[in-house]
Amino acid sequence: MDVEILSRVQFALTISFHYLFPPLTIGLGMVMVIIETMWIRTGDRQWFEAARFWTRVFAINFALGVATGIVMEFQFGTNWAAYSRYVGDIFGSALAAEGIFAFFLESGFLAILVFGWDRVGRKLHYFSTWMVCLGSMFSAVWIIIANSWMHTPAGFHLVPAPDTGVAGVRAEVTDFWAMVFNPSAMTRLSHVLCSAVVTGGFLVMSVCAFYMLRGRHKEFTRRCMPVGVAVALVGVILIGITGDRSARGVAYQQPAKLAAFEAVFKTEPSGLYLFGWPDPENQTVYGVKIPGLLSYLVYFDASKPITGLDAFPPEDRPDMRIPFLSFHLMVGLAGAMTLLAVLAAWFSWRGTLERRTLLLKVLVPSVVMPTIAGQAGWYLAETGRQPWIVYPSVQNGVPVPGLRVSDALSEAVTAEQVVASIIMFGLIYAMLFALWIFVLDKKIRHGPSEPKVGEEPPPMHGPPGGVAAAIAGGKTLTGAR
Amino acid sequence: MDPIADPTFLDKATLQSIWFLLLTVLLTGYAILDGFDLGVGINHLLVGRSDMDRRSTIASIGPIWDGNEVWLVTFGGALFAAFPVAYASFFSGFYIAFMLLLLGLIMRAVCLEFRVKTEGAAMHRVFDLGFALGSVLIALLLGVAAGNCLYGIRVDSTFTIREPLLSQLNPFSLMTGLMTVALFALHGALYLRLRVEGELLARVERWAWRWWWIFVALFVAVSAYALRDIPQVTANIRNWPVLWAVPVLNVLAILNVPRTIRHRQPMFGFISSSCMIMAFAALFSMALYPDLIRSTIDPAFNITISNASSSPRTLTTMLIIALIGMPIVIAYTVAVYWIFRGKVRVDRSTY
Repeated sequence: MDVEILSRVQFALTISFHYLFPPLTIGLGMVMVIIETMWIRTGDRQWFEAARFWTRVFAINFALGVATGIVMEFQFGTNWAAYSRYVGDIFGSALAAEGIFAFFLESGFLAILVFGWDRVGRKLHYFSTWMVCLGSMFSAVWIIIANSWMHTPAGFHLVPAPDTGVAGVRAEVTDFWAMVFNPSAMTRLSHVLCSAVVTGGFLVMSVCAFYMLRGRHKEFTRRCMPVGVAVALVGVILIGITGDRSARGVAYQQPAKLAAFEAVFKTEPSGLYLFGWPDPENQTVYGVKIPGLLSYLVYFDASKPITGLDAFPPEDRPDMRIPFLSFHLMVGLAGAMTLLAVLAAWFSWRGTLERRTLLLKVLVPSVVMPTIAGQAGWYLAETGRQPWIVYPSVQNGVPVPGLRVSDALSEAVTAEQVVASIIMFGLIYAMLFALWIFVLDKKIRHGPSEPKVGEEPPPMHGPPGGVAAAIAGGKTLTGAR
Repeated sequence: MDPIADPTFLDKATLQSIWFLLLTVLLTGYAILDGFDLGVGINHLLVGRSDMDRRSTIASIGPIWDGNEVWLVTFGGALFAAFPVAYASFFSGFYIAFMLLLLGLIMRAVCLEFRVKTEGAAMHRVFDLGFALGSVLIALLLGVAAGNCLYGIRVDSTFTIREPLLSQLNPFSLMTGLMTVALFALHGALYLRLRVEGELLARVERWAWRWWWIFVALFVAVSAYALRDIPQVTANIRNWPVLWAVPVLNVLAILNVPRTIRHRQPMFGFISSSCMIMAFAALFSMALYPDLIRSTIDPAFNITISNASSSPRTLTTMLIIALIGMPIVIAYTVAVYWIFRGKVRVDRSTY
């Protein structure tokens, strides 16, 4: 196999594994803010214990997100040197902003969030929770701006650069804000953040359903389940809206990608497949489709033609198999999650959710649905962009060529080196995955602590003294009390 | 006037030098902060006899190691942003070394975090070993990388590094690698003096002495090698004699360490080793400037701050981001350290 496909496999492996964690931390960040707000407002000990429980779950995911995130930053340079030189000027400011505004914010305040319960007053702790939540969202902002720029480049021009390998040019920023607000950035960002909200909501529902089925932690589930249900419900509604906008954006900005989503081989009015299996060799799809629906969703007119793959030269067409299957998987899961969230909301509002055993049994494993849907979403976004790593665009009325994935590789790296690193990452990540599930399972089985008589929660102002303060020093992120 | 839209208030060469300086600052911040928690890792098995000892050493860096590592992430991001050509050449040219560095970083983070989450002596032994070896590996690789930058590598006319793995491990780079391990180990031991008590503290102090001697021996060897065989590293200092102040201060800080151990001044000792690291980072930058990576094929292929940099517009944008962001970062980093100051206490019931 050649370096190109191996490097793509490696990037897919490391980014997929990394992306298990950010949606959980962003989603849980919001949940923690809600729950701690309730604690500050009511002064109810049960809310306090709930806030601490979710903080512990958050910390496990955060630690792994950081450990696997460093890999991503290094990989641009190790495996995609030509690309790094090409986009350095663009990515530069976004990455710098991400490091300074997001990562430092998260990691600094996380220490207080996890270990500071007994060292700082309630208000400072509450402030730290907000900062961690904002930090995790900021980190999504900058990386998605950079990624969206690869899909819909804006605010730049190409300058000659003999050192960039095959391309011989590199992109230079001409308008910072046009780069930041490139055509797809805000739509895609909102879609990703909403999917994180859904992930957070489903995690809370899943854990609470697990306790409800066993009749454990009744006070905890009575408070947290409605929070999870509300967050999930708001989330699924928003992913529907932002997903629709996102797909319409793709139709206008990256027609070849939309054609791949629905396997539109010829330019004609097109339908939407409920499910199917594309066969590129025979230019056909085996499946069930609703005629005219795709044209209607894009143009609000079922008879308008959708640009097909035949409008592009063969070397510029993406392979539609992965985009098609991941697109339908993602949309199907979104439908199922909407149904679950609505049902959970209905019974929760009626106050009978605790007795709906079947629904609860479905909710327990349901947290894998937003996770798989999120992964599928990225697979379709990135495989649909092929064969480009930076899409061709039009700047000030002048067409600007894109950068092909095959021209973006590191000149100095050989296939053997990439194979060795894939094996290394494969082994470490398999172990990490097992450890993650093991520890998460242990934390959840252990559950929130029950409030003890004589052990007081921290006061509103200033660091408390006494027994509690003595306990605070001795932990790591995941080992906190 | 919007400085992002119209970046004319500084010329390109000045911006490039400013960013070289800011990268030095980030590197210094990283080496001081993650330096001590890597050092804690290197000392972990040496000073920790009992399970309780090892819990204490890990607890001493528990809430802060992650924030320290962000300095490395930000350094990487800033290098990518300010000097993309150098970032691309360096990371792809040292492919295997960077993969091993990632292995070290992940292994260390995971062992550190999951040690307290699992029970059983066997599991703990595995995690302790992973934490210690990961820390040694990271320090060694960072030192070897720094050595290669100073010594020079085979950079060709397309700025691609063509250096086989084995010759990246030349004697000079190996020596700088080992010196970095000893430096971080000493720094970590001096940090632990602030955070632990009792018999553990006594063992930490014994190891601080040993690391100091090992470090001094390696420091003398590296300095002699550089002064005799690598003339380019001393070019700046010969042109600007005032820069002699840095190595002089460095030697004073090194000599001050034994005094602080003998006189039981842990804070002063930690400040001394921090000054040592600051001086080393300054010496490293002085030895490189204005190059980033030196070519042993032809000096014309050197990757320098002028041929590797982003556009003045991007450098200006980043400068504005850094000027707004860094004071805030420093303020809350200080606040977090203040909140978590004092001796570590491990409570049995919490695990």
